[in-house]
Amino acid sequence: MVGRLVFDFFVFPGLFFTLGVGILASWLVRKVSALVQWRVGPPLLQPAYDIAKLFGKENIIPKGSSEWGFLIVPLLGPIGLLLASIILVKANYLATAFIGDVIVVLYLLVLPALAVVLGGMSSGNPLSSLGANRELRLIAAYELPLILAVTTAIVKTGGGLRLAIFSSQWVAASFSGAFAFIAALLCIQAELGFIPFDISEAETEIMGGPLIEYSGPLLGLFKISHLMALLVLPLFLITVFLGGFSTGWGALWGAIKYVLVLVVLILIKNTNPRLRSDQALKFFWYGAAPLGLIALVLAVVGNLIGIAWL
Amino acid sequence: MATTIPIGPYHPLQEEPEHYLLTVEGEEVLDVDVQIGYNHRGIEKLSEKKTYNQVPFLVERVCGICSHSHPYAYCLAVEDCGDLEVPEKAKYLRTLIGELERIHSHLLWAGLAGHFIGYDTVFMWAWKYREEVLDLLELLTGNRNAYAMMKPGGVQRDIPRKHLEEARPTLDMLKEKSEMLYNAVLDDPVMKARLEGIGILDEEDARAFGALGPTSRASGIPNDIRSDFPYGVYEDLDWKVITRDAGDVLARVEVRLLETLESIKMCEQIINRIPDGGSIDSEPKEIPPGDGIGSYEAPRGECFHYIKSDGTNRPVRHKIRAPTFMNFPTYRSTCIGETIADASIILASVDPCYCCTERAISLKEKDDVNLLELSQARTAEIKKELGLELSPLEEVLDE
Repeated sequence: MVGRLVFDFFVFPGLFFTLGVGILASWLVRKVSALVQWRVGPPLLQPAYDIAKLFGKENIIPKGSSEWGFLIVPLLGPIGLLLASIILVKANYLATAFIGDVIVVLYLLVLPALAVVLGGMSSGNPLSSLGANRELRLIAAYELPLILAVTTAIVKTGGGLRLAIFSSQWVAASFSGAFAFIAALLCIQAELGFIPFDISEAETEIMGGPLIEYSGPLLGLFKISHLMALLVLPLFLITVFLGGFSTGWGALWGAIKYVLVLVVLILIKNTNPRLRSDQALKFFWYGAAPLGLIALVLAVVGNLIGIAWL
Repeated sequence: MATTIPIGPYHPLQEEPEHYLLTVEGEEVLDVDVQIGYNHRGIEKLSEKKTYNQVPFLVERVCGICSHSHPYAYCLAVEDCGDLEVPEKAKYLRTLIGELERIHSHLLWAGLAGHFIGYDTVFMWAWKYREEVLDLLELLTGNRNAYAMMKPGGVQRDIPRKHLEEARPTLDMLKEKSEMLYNAVLDDPVMKARLEGIGILDEEDARAFGALGPTSRASGIPNDIRSDFPYGVYEDLDWKVITRDAGDVLARVEVRLLETLESIKMCEQIINRIPDGGSIDSEPKEIPPGDGIGSYEAPRGECFHYIKSDGTNRPVRHKIRAPTFMNFPTYRSTCIGETIADASIILASVDPCYCCTERAISLKEKDDVNLLELSQARTAEIKKELGLELSPLEEVLDE
C-alpha cells in the first residue's frame, strides 16, 4: 500500500511523469513558436537543461523581503499541480474518483497563481509587487468564466461531481459544451500566463514582475510549476470537455487531443500582442463570462426539454 | 503613494543603456525623467583631431543604424562651408543608400515595437525582411552597416549597373512584405486596442517641444528636410511626405510603415534614373575658413551637423545634434497619465536612438551641488597641480 502510494506520488502519475511530460510540452511550446517565427528552435531537452542549470545556482534572498514567505511560497505551485495531476490522470485511466474531485482540482489549479502573487508580495521590490497586483487582477478576471464553463459541463453530464463522468463523454459536442469549451480555453490561456495574458510577467514592461527577485533553485521551482501547468491545465480541459483518455489506444487518442489543444494555445500565444490588465479584465468579464453564462443557460434549457445537442 | 520605477540603465526593454525614471502611483505614471550620458565617447572632440576626409569614418560610428545619416549630414555641412559641387551621379548614389537605410531602420523599429508589446512574431518577421535589405546593402556597398560611401564632395566608390539591377527583385519582395505588415497591423483588433489612442502628442505640443521626423509627422506636421530643404536628388523624385493627424502610437506606426513604402518607390526611381557614366567625386582640395550647416532627414528625424573651419585641413569645431535629442522631451506630453503597460511602448514609439543622442552627459544640480561647477573646479585644480595655464572661467572658480 505504501509502495503503491510512493509510486503514485513520485513516478506515475506523480512527479516523474508530470515533470517529464511538462518538459516535452515546454519543448513543444518553444519549437512551435520558433517555427511560427521562422526560427530553428531549441533541442528536445533544452527545458530540462534550463531547470538543471537553475538548480546548480545560488539562492539570493533580497534585503527587505519577508524571508520565510519568500522561501516557502515557490513550493506551493508544484505541490498543487502534482496533486491535481494525480487526481486527473487516475480519474481518466482508472476511473477512480471521489465525489467533488472536480471542485478539488479547480481549487488546486489556483495555487500556482497564488504562489506567484505571494512570492511577488514577499520580494519587497516595487516591480514585483506591481506584477503581483496584476496577477491578482487576472485571477479575478478568469476564475468567473472558468467556473461558469465547468458548471456547464457538470449540468451537461447530469450533475455528477466526478471527473470520471466527464471523461466518458464529449461535452464539447453540443452547443452549450462548445461555448463553454471556448470560454474555458481562453481562461486556460490566461492561467498558463501565455500571451496575450502574460500581463503579470511582461518582461518588456516590468521585467518578469513577481519573479524578478527570485534566482537559483527557487526560480527553478517556479519554472517547474510552469512546466507542470503545461501538462495539467490542457489535461483538465480535455478531461472535462473532450472526453479525456483511457488505457490502450485510448491513451494515444488522448495524447493526440492533448497535443492539439496545446498547439491551439501556442498559436494564440504567437499571433497576439500582450493586453493591458484593464483590457484583460474587460475581455473576461464582458466577453468570456457572458459566453460561459449563455452556455450554462443553454445546458439547463437543454436538460429541461431533453435536447442533447443544445 | 508614489513610487519610482527605473527603466534602465539596463532593462530588457532596450538594447542600449538608457535610464528613464517613472514616478508612478499604482499603475499610473505621474512623472517621467530621462537621464542620458551612459554612452559618452567624445565623438565631437575626436572629430577635431581628424582631417576632413577622415571624419566620415568617425561619425559613421556614432550609430550603427543611422550609419549613413551622420556622414551624410557631416558632408552636407562641409560642402556648405566650402561651397563644394557634388556630381549628379554621386547625389543619386548617396540618396539610394540613404533610402535603403531608412527602409531597414523602419523595419527594425516595427519589429522592436512588436517585441515591446509582446508580439514576438512581428519582431521576427520584420527582422527577417530587414535582413534582405542588409544583404542588398552589402551587395551595393560591401558592408551590411557602416557603408563607408560618403566623403566631402562625392562618394567613395561607384556601384556598377549590374548590381543596381540585382536590387530590383529584392525591392519588389520588400514592397509586398511591407504592405502585408502594414495591413497586418491595421487589421488586427488586438493590436489596435493596444496602440490606438495612447501616448497622444497633439500638434501644438509637437511644435512646442520641437519634435522631429516621424514623431512630428504623426502629429500632423509635414516636417521633412527632404521636402523643406531638399538635398541629394529628392527634388527630382516623385514621392510624398506621409502625415497622420491622430498623434497616437498607432499613427506613428502607420507613418513609419507607409514611409517604408515611399522609400521603396524612391529606390526604384533612383535605379531607373541613375546616370551610367560620369564622375562620382569632385575631389575638393581645401576648405576655406567659415562655417557650414548640414541638415539631413535621418530615419528618426532631422540630423544636424555644424562645422567650423579655420582654413586648415581639420574642423576646429564639429557639433552633432541627433533627432532623438529633440524627441525625448515629448515624453512629458505623451507618458504622463498613461499606465506603465503603455509607457514602455510610448517610450519606444519615438524610436529613440541612444548611441546617437548619448554622446553628451547632462550634469544637473542636485541637493544644492552644482556638478558642472564641481567638475570645472576639479579641472582647474589638476591644471594648477600640473602647472598649466588656467582659462578665465577656471580662475574664477579656483577662488
